[in-house]
Amino acid sequence: MGFLSGLSSPIVMGLMLGGLYALIALGLSLVFGVMKLINVAHGDLVIFGSYFAYATMTIFGVDPILSLVVGMPLLFAIGFGIQKFLMSRAFKISMEAPLIIAFGISIILQNIFQIFWSPLSRGLTTSYALKFFALGPLRIPLVHLLNFVLALVVMFLLREFMRRTYLGRAINAASQDRRASLLMGINNERIYAFAFAIAMAIAALAGVCLGLTFPFTPVSGIPFLVVAFGVVVLGGLGSIKGTFIGGMVIGLAQTLGGHFLGTTAQMLVAYIIVLIILTMRPQGLFGR
Amino acid sequence: MEGADVDMSQEMLLKVSDIDVFYGGFQALWEVSIEVRTGEILALIGANASGKSTLLDTISGLMHPVKGRIEFAGEDISTLDPFNIVDLGISQVPEGRRIFPDMSVLENLIIGSYNRKARSQREQNLKVVYELFPILKARRKQMARTLSGGEQQMLVIGRGLMSDPTFLLLDEMSLGLAPIVLNGLYGALKAIREKGITILFVEQNVRRSLMEADRAYIMETGRVVLSGNVSDLREKEEVKKAYFGV
Repeated sequence: MGFLSGLSSPIVMGLMLGGLYALIALGLSLVFGVMKLINVAHGDLVIFGSYFAYATMTIFGVDPILSLVVGMPLLFAIGFGIQKFLMSRAFKISMEAPLIIAFGISIILQNIFQIFWSPLSRGLTTSYALKFFALGPLRIPLVHLLNFVLALVVMFLLREFMRRTYLGRAINAASQDRRASLLMGINNERIYAFAFAIAMAIAALAGVCLGLTFPFTPVSGIPFLVVAFGVVVLGGLGSIKGTFIGGMVIGLAQTLGGHFLGTTAQMLVAYIIVLIILTMRPQGLFGR
Repeated sequence: MEGADVDMSQEMLLKVSDIDVFYGGFQALWEVSIEVRTGEILALIGANASGKSTLLDTISGLMHPVKGRIEFAGEDISTLDPFNIVDLGISQVPEGRRIFPDMSVLENLIIGSYNRKARSQREQNLKVVYELFPILKARRKQMARTLSGGEQQMLVIGRGLMSDPTFLLLDEMSLGLAPIVLNGLYGALKAIREKGITILFVEQNVRRSLMEADRAYIMETGRVVLSGNVSDLREKEEVKKAYFGV
Protein backbone atom coordinates (compact mmCIF):
# COMPACT_ATOMS: atom_id res chain seq x y z
CA MET A 1 0.00 0.00 0.00
CA GLY A 2 2.76 2.35 1.04
CA PHE A 3 4.78 1.24 -1.96
CA LEU A 4 1.99 2.06 -4.40
CA SER A 5 1.01 5.39 -2.91
CA GLY A 6 4.68 6.31 -2.95
CA LEU A 7 4.57 5.70 -6.72
CA SER A 8 1.62 7.96 -7.42
CA SER A 9 3.72 11.08 -7.22
CA PRO A 10 6.42 10.00 -9.71
CA ILE A 11 3.76 8.57 -12.01
CA VAL A 12 1.74 11.75 -12.15
CA MET A 13 4.87 13.88 -12.41
CA GLY A 14 6.19 11.59 -15.14
CA LEU A 15 3.04 12.04 -17.20
CA MET A 16 3.12 15.80 -16.76
CA LEU A 17 6.79 15.91 -17.67
CA GLY A 18 5.92 13.77 -20.65
CA GLY A 19 3.55 16.48 -21.76
CA LEU A 20 6.39 19.01 -21.78
CA TYR A 21 8.65 16.61 -23.64
CA ALA A 22 5.94 15.93 -26.20
CA LEU A 23 5.45 19.67 -26.76
CA ILE A 24 9.18 20.17 -27.21
CA ALA A 25 9.47 17.18 -29.54
CA LEU A 26 6.46 18.00 -31.70
CA GLY A 27 8.25 20.54 -33.86
CA LEU A 28 11.12 18.14 -34.43
CA SER A 29 8.69 15.38 -35.34
CA LEU A 30 6.84 17.58 -37.80
CA VAL A 31 9.96 18.76 -39.60
CA PHE A 32 11.34 15.26 -39.78
CA GLY A 33 8.04 13.77 -40.93
CA VAL A 34 7.56 16.26 -43.74
CA MET A 35 11.07 17.09 -44.90
CA LYS A 36 13.03 14.15 -43.56
CA LEU A 37 15.36 16.63 -41.91
CA ILE A 38 16.72 16.16 -38.41
CA ASN A 39 16.74 19.76 -37.30
CA VAL A 40 19.68 19.74 -34.93
CA ALA A 41 18.94 23.37 -34.13
CA HIS A 42 15.50 22.45 -32.77
CA GLY A 43 16.48 22.46 -29.10
CA ASP A 44 18.13 25.88 -29.50
CA LEU A 45 15.07 27.20 -31.31
CA VAL A 46 12.90 26.10 -28.38
CA ILE A 47 15.29 27.90 -26.02
CA PHE A 48 15.02 30.92 -28.30
CA GLY A 49 11.34 30.84 -27.41
CA SER A 50 12.32 30.74 -23.73
CA TYR A 51 14.71 33.68 -24.07
CA PHE A 52 12.21 35.72 -26.08
CA ALA A 53 9.65 35.29 -23.33
CA TYR A 54 12.35 36.14 -20.78
CA ALA A 55 13.21 39.32 -22.68
CA THR A 56 9.61 40.52 -22.89
CA MET A 57 9.20 39.70 -19.22
CA THR A 58 12.30 41.55 -18.01
CA ILE A 59 12.08 44.49 -20.41
CA PHE A 60 8.32 45.03 -20.67
CA GLY A 61 7.01 43.10 -17.70
CA VAL A 62 4.79 41.01 -19.95
CA ASP A 63 3.65 37.61 -18.73
CA PRO A 64 5.43 34.83 -20.66
CA ILE A 65 2.22 33.18 -21.82
CA LEU A 66 0.88 36.52 -23.01
CA SER A 67 4.14 37.18 -24.84
CA LEU A 68 3.29 34.24 -27.08
CA VAL A 69 0.88 36.55 -28.90
CA VAL A 70 4.02 38.03 -30.41
CA GLY A 71 6.37 35.11 -29.84
CA MET A 72 4.47 32.52 -31.85
CA PRO A 73 3.95 34.63 -34.98
CA LEU A 74 7.57 35.76 -34.71
CA LEU A 75 8.92 32.24 -34.59
CA PHE A 76 6.42 31.22 -37.30
CA ALA A 77 7.90 33.87 -39.59
CA ILE A 78 11.46 32.92 -38.68
CA GLY A 79 10.73 29.27 -39.39
CA PHE A 80 9.10 30.13 -42.72
CA GLY A 81 12.17 32.16 -43.66
CA ILE A 82 14.66 29.51 -42.57
CA GLN A 83 12.98 26.87 -44.73
CA LYS A 84 12.19 29.07 -47.73
CA PHE A 85 15.51 30.87 -48.00
CA LEU A 86 18.06 28.59 -46.35
CA MET A 87 16.96 24.98 -46.22
CA SER A 88 15.25 24.80 -49.61
CA ARG A 89 18.50 25.87 -51.23
CA ALA A 90 20.52 23.57 -49.03
CA PHE A 91 18.37 20.58 -50.04
CA LYS A 92 19.26 21.22 -53.67
CA ILE A 93 22.96 21.00 -52.84
CA SER A 94 23.02 17.69 -51.00
CA MET A 95 21.31 15.62 -48.31
CA GLU A 96 23.87 16.75 -45.73
CA ALA A 97 23.81 20.46 -46.46
CA PRO A 98 20.59 21.20 -44.49
CA LEU A 99 22.04 19.35 -41.48
CA ILE A 100 25.15 21.48 -41.60
CA ILE A 101 23.07 24.64 -41.90
CA ALA A 102 20.98 23.57 -38.91
CA PHE A 103 24.18 22.95 -36.99
CA GLY A 104 25.34 26.43 -37.90
CA ILE A 105 22.06 27.94 -36.74
CA SER A 106 22.48 26.08 -33.48
CA ILE A 107 25.95 27.53 -32.88
CA ILE A 108 24.84 31.04 -33.82
CA LEU A 109 21.86 30.89 -31.48
CA GLN A 110 23.86 29.59 -28.53
CA ASN A 111 26.33 32.42 -28.96
CA ILE A 112 23.59 35.02 -29.29
CA PHE A 113 22.04 33.77 -26.06
CA GLN A 114 25.39 33.94 -24.33
CA ILE A 115 26.13 37.47 -25.57
CA PHE A 116 22.79 38.91 -24.53
CA TRP A 117 22.02 36.98 -21.40
CA SER A 118 25.36 35.59 -20.15
CA PRO A 119 25.91 31.93 -19.26
CA LEU A 120 23.96 32.34 -16.02
CA SER A 121 20.82 30.29 -15.82
CA ARG A 122 17.53 32.12 -16.23
CA GLY A 123 13.96 31.18 -15.48
CA LEU A 124 10.51 32.46 -16.29
CA THR A 125 9.52 33.20 -12.74
CA THR A 126 5.93 34.27 -12.47
CA SER A 127 3.46 34.29 -9.63
CA TYR A 128 1.83 31.10 -10.82
CA ALA A 129 5.12 29.32 -11.52
CA LEU A 130 5.32 28.52 -7.84
CA LYS A 131 1.71 27.52 -7.28
CA PHE A 132 0.54 23.99 -6.68
CA PHE A 133 -2.79 22.34 -7.08
CA ALA A 134 -4.07 19.36 -5.12
CA LEU A 135 -4.80 16.02 -6.75
CA GLY A 136 -5.91 13.80 -3.90
CA PRO A 137 -2.96 13.52 -1.56
CA LEU A 138 -0.57 14.90 -4.18
CA ARG A 139 0.52 18.47 -4.75
CA ILE A 140 1.30 19.05 -8.42
CA PRO A 141 3.08 22.20 -9.58
CA LEU A 142 0.61 24.21 -11.64
CA VAL A 143 3.01 24.64 -14.55
CA HIS A 144 3.35 20.90 -14.94
CA LEU A 145 -0.41 20.57 -15.34
CA LEU A 146 -0.29 23.47 -17.77
CA ASN A 147 2.33 21.67 -19.84
CA PHE A 148 0.25 18.52 -19.98
CA VAL A 149 -2.97 20.30 -20.91
CA LEU A 150 -1.23 22.43 -23.53
CA ALA A 151 0.39 19.35 -25.03
CA LEU A 152 -3.02 17.72 -25.40
CA VAL A 153 -4.58 20.85 -26.86
CA VAL A 154 -1.77 21.43 -29.36
CA MET A 155 -1.78 17.78 -30.45
CA PHE A 156 -5.51 17.88 -30.96
CA LEU A 157 -5.40 21.14 -32.92
CA LEU A 158 -2.54 19.92 -35.09
CA ARG A 159 -4.31 16.69 -35.85
CA GLU A 160 -7.50 18.49 -36.82
CA PHE A 161 -5.50 20.92 -38.95
CA MET A 162 -3.85 18.04 -40.81
CA ARG A 163 -7.19 16.35 -41.37
CA ARG A 164 -9.53 19.19 -42.20
CA THR A 165 -7.66 21.90 -44.06
CA TYR A 166 -6.23 21.61 -47.55
CA LEU A 167 -2.91 22.95 -46.30
CA GLY A 168 -2.82 20.38 -43.52
CA ARG A 169 -3.75 17.58 -45.93
CA ALA A 170 -1.03 18.76 -48.30
CA ILE A 171 1.57 18.69 -45.51
CA ASN A 172 0.40 15.19 -44.63
CA ALA A 173 0.55 14.10 -48.28
CA ALA A 174 4.00 15.58 -48.85
CA SER A 175 5.28 13.69 -45.81
CA GLN A 176 3.94 10.38 -47.14
CA ASP A 177 4.94 10.60 -50.79
CA ARG A 178 6.87 13.56 -52.11
CA ARG A 179 6.50 12.74 -55.76
CA ALA A 180 2.80 11.95 -55.66
CA SER A 181 2.11 15.18 -53.80
CA LEU A 182 3.85 17.15 -56.56
CA LEU A 183 1.53 15.49 -59.05
CA MET A 184 -1.48 16.65 -57.03
CA GLY A 185 -0.60 20.22 -57.84
CA ILE A 186 0.93 20.78 -54.40
CA ASN A 187 3.72 23.32 -54.28
CA ASN A 188 6.03 21.29 -52.08
CA GLU A 189 8.42 24.17 -51.41
CA ARG A 190 5.62 26.29 -50.00
CA ILE A 191 4.30 23.36 -48.00
CA TYR A 192 7.69 22.71 -46.46
CA ALA A 193 7.96 26.38 -45.48
CA PHE A 194 4.58 26.23 -43.75
CA ALA A 195 5.45 22.98 -41.99
CA PHE A 196 8.70 24.46 -40.68
CA ALA A 197 6.87 27.62 -39.66
CA ILE A 198 4.24 25.66 -37.72
CA ALA A 199 6.98 23.61 -36.07
CA MET A 200 8.66 26.82 -34.95
CA ALA A 201 5.44 28.34 -33.62
CA ILE A 202 4.95 25.22 -31.50
CA ALA A 203 8.59 25.51 -30.42
CA ALA A 204 7.86 29.04 -29.18
CA LEU A 205 5.09 27.63 -26.99
CA ALA A 206 7.31 24.79 -25.86
CA GLY A 207 10.00 27.30 -24.97
CA VAL A 208 7.67 29.20 -22.70
CA CYS A 209 6.52 25.99 -21.02
CA LEU A 210 10.12 24.88 -20.59
CA GLY A 211 11.13 28.23 -19.14
CA LEU A 212 8.26 28.12 -16.64
CA THR A 213 9.23 24.60 -15.55
CA PHE A 214 13.03 24.55 -15.52
CA PRO A 215 15.86 27.09 -15.41
CA PHE A 216 17.65 27.40 -18.74
CA THR A 217 21.05 28.51 -20.04
CA PRO A 218 22.43 29.27 -23.52
CA VAL A 219 23.31 25.60 -23.95
CA SER A 220 20.08 24.10 -22.63
CA GLY A 221 19.00 23.38 -26.19
CA ILE A 222 21.27 20.39 -26.42
CA PRO A 223 19.93 18.15 -23.64
CA PHE A 224 16.38 18.96 -24.72
CA LEU A 225 17.22 18.15 -28.33
CA VAL A 226 18.44 14.77 -27.15
CA VAL A 227 15.21 14.16 -25.22
CA ALA A 228 13.13 15.36 -28.17
CA PHE A 229 15.02 13.06 -30.48
CA GLY A 230 14.40 10.18 -28.10
CA VAL A 231 10.69 11.02 -27.99
CA VAL A 232 10.38 11.23 -31.77
CA VAL A 233 12.31 8.06 -32.44
CA LEU A 234 10.46 6.16 -29.73
CA GLY A 235 7.04 7.35 -30.80
CA GLY A 236 7.62 6.65 -34.43
CA LEU A 237 8.70 9.11 -37.03
CA GLY A 238 5.90 11.19 -38.44
CA SER A 239 3.26 10.26 -35.89
CA ILE A 240 1.67 12.96 -33.73
CA LYS A 241 0.11 10.38 -31.44
CA GLY A 242 3.47 8.63 -31.24
CA THR A 243 5.19 11.84 -30.18
CA PHE A 244 2.70 12.23 -27.34
CA ILE A 245 2.99 8.63 -26.14
CA GLY A 246 6.75 8.75 -26.59
CA GLY A 247 6.85 11.80 -24.37
CA MET A 248 4.81 9.99 -21.72
CA VAL A 249 7.07 6.95 -21.80
CA ILE A 250 10.25 8.95 -21.44
CA GLY A 251 8.76 11.20 -18.78
CA LEU A 252 7.57 8.19 -16.78
CA ALA A 253 10.84 6.32 -17.28
CA GLN A 254 12.70 9.34 -16.00
CA THR A 255 10.60 9.94 -12.88
CA LEU A 256 10.22 6.28 -11.98
CA GLY A 257 13.89 5.67 -12.67
CA GLY A 258 14.74 8.58 -10.44
CA HIS A 259 12.36 7.29 -7.78
CA PHE A 260 13.92 3.84 -7.64
CA LEU A 261 17.53 4.54 -8.53
CA GLY A 262 18.13 8.17 -7.62
CA THR A 263 18.26 11.35 -9.69
CA THR A 264 21.64 10.66 -11.25
CA ALA A 265 20.25 7.56 -12.94
CA GLN A 266 17.00 8.99 -14.21
CA MET A 267 18.03 9.92 -17.76
CA LEU A 268 19.99 6.70 -18.08
CA VAL A 269 16.89 4.69 -17.23
CA ALA A 270 14.85 6.69 -19.72
CA TYR A 271 17.29 6.04 -22.56
CA ILE A 272 17.71 2.38 -21.70
CA ILE A 273 13.94 2.01 -21.97
CA VAL A 274 14.07 3.74 -25.37
CA LEU A 275 16.77 1.32 -26.47
CA ILE A 276 14.80 -1.71 -25.31
CA ILE A 277 11.62 -0.62 -27.06
CA LEU A 278 13.45 0.18 -30.29
CA THR A 279 15.17 -3.18 -30.27
CA MET A 280 11.77 -4.86 -30.19
CA ARG A 281 10.09 -2.40 -32.53
CA PRO A 282 12.60 -0.47 -34.64
CA GLN A 283 10.03 1.71 -36.36
CA GLY A 284 8.94 3.13 -33.04
CA LEU A 285 5.66 2.61 -31.21
CA PHE A 286 3.47 4.14 -33.91
CA GLY A 287 5.93 4.42 -36.75
CA ARG A 288 5.14 3.63 -40.36
CA MET B 1 -15.23 17.38 -66.22
CA GLU B 2 -17.09 18.33 -69.41
CA GLY B 3 -20.12 16.57 -70.79
CA ALA B 4 -20.61 14.75 -74.07
CA ASP B 5 -20.93 17.87 -76.17
CA VAL B 6 -17.20 18.43 -76.37
CA ASP B 7 -15.51 19.46 -79.59
CA MET B 8 -13.95 16.20 -80.67
CA SER B 9 -12.31 17.59 -83.80
CA GLN B 10 -8.78 16.34 -84.04
CA GLU B 11 -7.02 19.49 -82.93
CA MET B 12 -3.64 19.45 -81.25
CA LEU B 13 -3.76 19.39 -77.47
CA LEU B 14 -0.14 18.68 -76.67
CA LYS B 15 2.86 19.18 -78.92
CA VAL B 16 6.27 18.00 -77.84
CA SER B 17 8.90 19.25 -80.28
CA ASP B 18 12.38 17.82 -80.49
CA ILE B 19 13.16 17.66 -76.79
CA ASP B 20 16.40 16.51 -75.17
CA VAL B 21 16.10 15.60 -71.50
CA PHE B 22 18.90 14.74 -69.13
CA TYR B 23 18.54 12.70 -65.97
CA GLY B 24 21.49 13.68 -63.83
CA GLY B 25 24.42 13.64 -66.20
CA PHE B 26 22.89 11.08 -68.50
CA GLN B 27 20.78 11.82 -71.59
CA ALA B 28 17.40 10.11 -71.35
CA LEU B 29 15.55 11.60 -74.32
CA TRP B 30 16.94 12.41 -77.76
CA GLU B 31 15.01 14.78 -80.08
CA VAL B 32 11.68 13.36 -79.02
CA SER B 33 8.59 14.73 -80.74
CA ILE B 34 5.02 13.64 -80.17
CA GLU B 35 1.60 15.08 -80.82
CA VAL B 36 -1.52 14.41 -78.82
CA ARG B 37 -4.87 15.26 -80.36
CA THR B 38 -7.87 16.31 -78.33
CA GLY B 39 -10.17 13.46 -77.45
CA GLU B 40 -7.88 10.61 -78.41
CA ILE B 41 -6.43 7.72 -76.45
CA LEU B 42 -2.73 7.63 -77.21
CA ALA B 43 -0.33 4.85 -76.23
CA LEU B 44 3.36 5.36 -75.53
CA ILE B 45 4.95 1.94 -75.82
CA GLY B 46 8.42 0.70 -75.05
CA ALA B 47 10.55 -1.54 -72.89
CA ASN B 48 12.21 -0.53 -69.63
CA ALA B 49 14.58 2.41 -69.94
CA SER B 50 13.09 3.38 -73.29
CA GLY B 51 12.45 6.86 -71.94
CA LYS B 52 8.68 6.72 -71.82
CA SER B 53 8.36 7.52 -68.13
CA THR B 54 10.92 10.30 -68.53
CA LEU B 55 8.77 11.79 -71.27
CA LEU B 56 5.72 11.70 -69.02
CA ASP B 57 7.65 13.30 -66.17
CA THR B 58 8.86 16.03 -68.49
CA ILE B 59 5.32 16.79 -69.64
CA SER B 60 4.30 16.95 -65.96
CA GLY B 61 7.07 19.40 -65.16
CA LEU B 62 9.06 17.09 -62.88
CA MET B 63 11.88 17.42 -65.39
CA HIS B 64 12.60 20.06 -67.98
CA PRO B 65 13.97 19.75 -71.51
CA VAL B 66 17.34 21.35 -72.21
CA LYS B 67 16.40 21.62 -75.87
CA GLY B 68 13.09 21.82 -77.72
CA ARG B 69 9.71 22.79 -76.39
CA ILE B 70 6.41 21.49 -75.08
CA GLU B 71 3.15 23.24 -75.90
CA PHE B 72 -0.20 22.53 -74.28
CA ALA B 73 -3.29 24.11 -75.84
CA GLY B 74 -0.96 26.52 -77.60
CA GLU B 75 0.90 27.59 -74.44
CA ASP B 76 4.58 26.88 -73.88
CA ILE B 77 4.84 24.77 -70.72
CA SER B 78 8.46 23.66 -71.08
CA THR B 79 9.75 25.49 -68.01
CA LEU B 80 6.73 25.36 -65.70
CA ASP B 81 6.69 23.85 -62.21
CA PRO B 82 4.65 20.69 -61.66
CA PHE B 83 1.94 22.49 -59.69
CA ASN B 84 1.41 24.97 -62.54
CA ILE B 85 1.01 22.10 -64.96
CA VAL B 86 -1.70 20.52 -62.82
CA ASP B 87 -3.45 23.92 -62.76
CA LEU B 88 -3.47 23.93 -66.56
CA GLY B 89 -5.36 20.64 -66.63
CA ILE B 90 -2.69 17.97 -67.04
CA SER B 91 -2.86 15.20 -64.45
CA GLN B 92 -0.44 12.29 -64.14
CA VAL B 93 -1.30 8.96 -62.58
CA PRO B 94 2.23 7.86 -61.60
CA GLU B 95 3.60 4.36 -61.93
CA GLY B 96 3.84 2.18 -58.88
CA ARG B 97 0.37 3.07 -57.57
CA ARG B 98 1.64 5.86 -55.39
CA ILE B 99 -1.26 6.16 -53.01
CA PHE B 100 -0.91 8.04 -49.76
CA PRO B 101 -0.82 4.92 -47.63
CA ASP B 102 -1.75 6.43 -44.27
CA MET B 103 -4.78 8.28 -45.56
CA SER B 104 -8.21 6.82 -46.23
CA VAL B 105 -9.53 6.30 -49.75
CA LEU B 106 -11.68 9.42 -49.41
CA GLU B 107 -8.77 11.49 -48.06
CA ASN B 108 -6.65 10.38 -51.02
CA LEU B 109 -9.38 11.52 -53.39
CA ILE B 110 -9.88 14.82 -51.59
CA ILE B 111 -6.22 15.75 -51.77
CA GLY B 112 -6.50 15.10 -55.51
CA SER B 113 -8.65 18.20 -55.76
CA TYR B 114 -5.98 20.36 -54.09
CA ASN B 115 -5.52 22.75 -56.99
CA ARG B 116 -7.71 25.82 -56.65
CA LYS B 117 -9.84 25.31 -59.73
CA ALA B 118 -10.64 21.75 -58.79
CA ARG B 119 -11.73 22.54 -55.25
CA SER B 120 -15.09 23.99 -56.24
CA GLN B 121 -15.76 20.91 -58.38
CA ARG B 122 -14.85 18.48 -55.65
CA GLU B 123 -18.24 16.99 -54.90
CA GLN B 124 -19.19 16.59 -58.58
CA ASN B 125 -15.87 14.98 -59.42
CA LEU B 126 -16.15 12.69 -56.42
CA LYS B 127 -19.53 11.50 -57.68
CA VAL B 128 -18.05 10.78 -61.11
CA VAL B 129 -15.15 8.85 -59.60
CA TYR B 130 -17.54 6.78 -57.48
CA GLU B 131 -19.62 6.03 -60.59
CA LEU B 132 -16.54 4.85 -62.46
CA PHE B 133 -15.19 2.87 -59.53
CA PRO B 134 -17.99 1.87 -57.15
CA ILE B 135 -15.58 -0.13 -55.01
CA LEU B 136 -13.88 3.12 -54.01
CA LYS B 137 -17.14 4.41 -52.61
CA ALA B 138 -17.63 1.19 -50.68
CA ARG B 139 -14.11 1.39 -49.25
CA ARG B 140 -13.94 5.16 -48.87
CA LYS B 141 -13.22 5.08 -45.12
CA GLN B 142 -10.54 2.38 -45.35
CA MET B 143 -6.84 3.13 -45.16
CA ALA B 144 -5.46 3.18 -48.67
CA ARG B 145 -2.70 0.73 -47.89
CA THR B 146 -5.27 -1.98 -47.10
CA LEU B 147 -6.62 -1.99 -50.66
CA SER B 148 -5.69 -4.64 -53.22
CA GLY B 149 -3.40 -3.80 -56.12
CA GLY B 150 -6.25 -3.34 -58.55
CA GLU B 151 -8.21 -1.19 -56.10
CA GLN B 152 -5.16 0.96 -55.45
CA GLN B 153 -4.77 1.49 -59.18
CA MET B 154 -8.41 2.58 -59.35
CA LEU B 155 -7.75 4.92 -56.44
CA VAL B 156 -4.81 6.64 -58.10
CA ILE B 157 -6.75 7.01 -61.34
CA GLY B 158 -9.69 8.45 -59.39
CA ARG B 159 -7.33 10.74 -57.52
CA GLY B 160 -5.88 11.91 -60.82
CA LEU B 161 -9.38 12.74 -62.03
CA MET B 162 -10.12 14.82 -58.94
CA SER B 163 -7.85 17.61 -60.20
CA ASP B 164 -10.39 18.24 -62.96
CA PRO B 165 -8.01 17.52 -65.84
CA THR B 166 -8.54 17.80 -69.57
CA PHE B 167 -5.52 15.58 -70.20
CA LEU B 168 -4.75 12.44 -68.20
CA LEU B 169 -1.37 10.72 -68.24
CA LEU B 170 -1.10 7.15 -66.98
CA ASP B 171 2.27 5.54 -66.30
CA GLU B 172 2.31 1.74 -66.51
CA MET B 173 -1.01 1.13 -64.84
CA SER B 174 -1.09 -2.56 -65.73
CA LEU B 175 2.03 -3.66 -63.87
CA GLY B 176 1.26 -6.60 -61.62
CA LEU B 177 -2.46 -6.66 -62.33
CA ALA B 178 -4.54 -9.61 -63.53
CA PRO B 179 -6.10 -9.42 -67.02
CA ILE B 180 -9.62 -9.32 -65.63
CA VAL B 181 -8.73 -6.28 -63.50
CA LEU B 182 -7.07 -4.68 -66.52
CA ASN B 183 -10.21 -5.13 -68.58
CA GLY B 184 -12.07 -3.10 -65.98
CA LEU B 185 -9.42 -0.39 -65.98
CA TYR B 186 -9.28 -0.06 -69.75
CA GLY B 187 -13.07 0.08 -69.77
CA ALA B 188 -12.84 2.94 -67.29
CA LEU B 189 -10.37 4.73 -69.59
CA LYS B 190 -12.91 4.59 -72.40
CA ALA B 191 -15.56 6.01 -70.08
CA ILE B 192 -13.14 8.76 -69.05
CA ARG B 193 -12.56 9.61 -72.69
CA GLU B 194 -16.33 9.84 -73.18
CA LYS B 195 -16.32 12.61 -70.61
CA GLY B 196 -14.06 14.67 -72.82
CA ILE B 197 -10.67 13.88 -71.27
CA THR B 198 -7.76 13.13 -73.57
CA ILE B 199 -5.67 10.17 -72.46
CA LEU B 200 -2.03 9.22 -72.89
CA PHE B 201 -1.00 5.92 -71.35
CA VAL B 202 2.45 4.41 -71.10
CA GLU B 203 2.81 0.66 -71.40
CA GLN B 204 5.28 -2.13 -71.96
CA ASN B 205 2.71 -4.54 -73.37
CA VAL B 206 2.59 -3.81 -77.10
CA ARG B 207 -0.26 -6.11 -78.03
CA ARG B 208 -2.67 -4.82 -75.38
CA SER B 209 -1.73 -1.20 -76.01
CA LEU B 210 -2.45 -1.47 -79.70
CA MET B 211 -5.87 -2.89 -78.82
CA GLU B 212 -6.82 -0.08 -76.49
CA ALA B 213 -5.44 3.06 -78.10
CA ASP B 214 -6.29 5.07 -81.22
CA ARG B 215 -2.70 5.97 -82.03
CA ALA B 216 0.64 4.98 -80.60
CA TYR B 217 4.28 5.99 -80.38
CA ILE B 218 6.92 3.33 -79.88
CA MET B 219 10.10 4.34 -78.08
CA GLU B 220 13.49 2.70 -77.77
CA THR B 221 16.47 3.95 -75.74
CA GLY B 222 15.24 7.52 -75.52
CA ARG B 223 14.01 7.98 -79.06
CA VAL B 224 10.70 7.66 -80.88
CA VAL B 225 11.18 4.94 -83.44
CA LEU B 226 7.66 4.39 -84.80
CA SER B 227 4.33 6.14 -84.70
CA GLY B 228 0.92 6.00 -86.29
CA ASN B 229 -2.60 4.67 -86.06
CA VAL B 230 -2.74 1.36 -84.26
CA SER B 231 -4.21 -0.42 -87.26
CA ASP B 232 -1.24 0.67 -89.35
CA LEU B 233 1.26 -0.23 -86.66
CA ARG B 234 -0.14 -3.69 -86.24
CA GLU B 235 0.58 -4.40 -89.90
CA LYS B 236 4.09 -2.97 -89.95
CA GLU B 237 6.83 -5.56 -90.44
CA GLU B 238 9.14 -4.10 -87.80
CA VAL B 239 6.44 -4.24 -85.18
CA LYS B 240 5.46 -7.76 -86.09
CA LYS B 241 9.07 -8.94 -85.93
CA ALA B 242 10.22 -7.06 -82.86
CA TYR B 243 7.17 -7.37 -80.67
CA PHE B 244 5.03 -10.19 -81.92
CA GLY B 245 7.85 -12.53 -82.80
CA VAL B 246 6.53 -13.09 -86.29
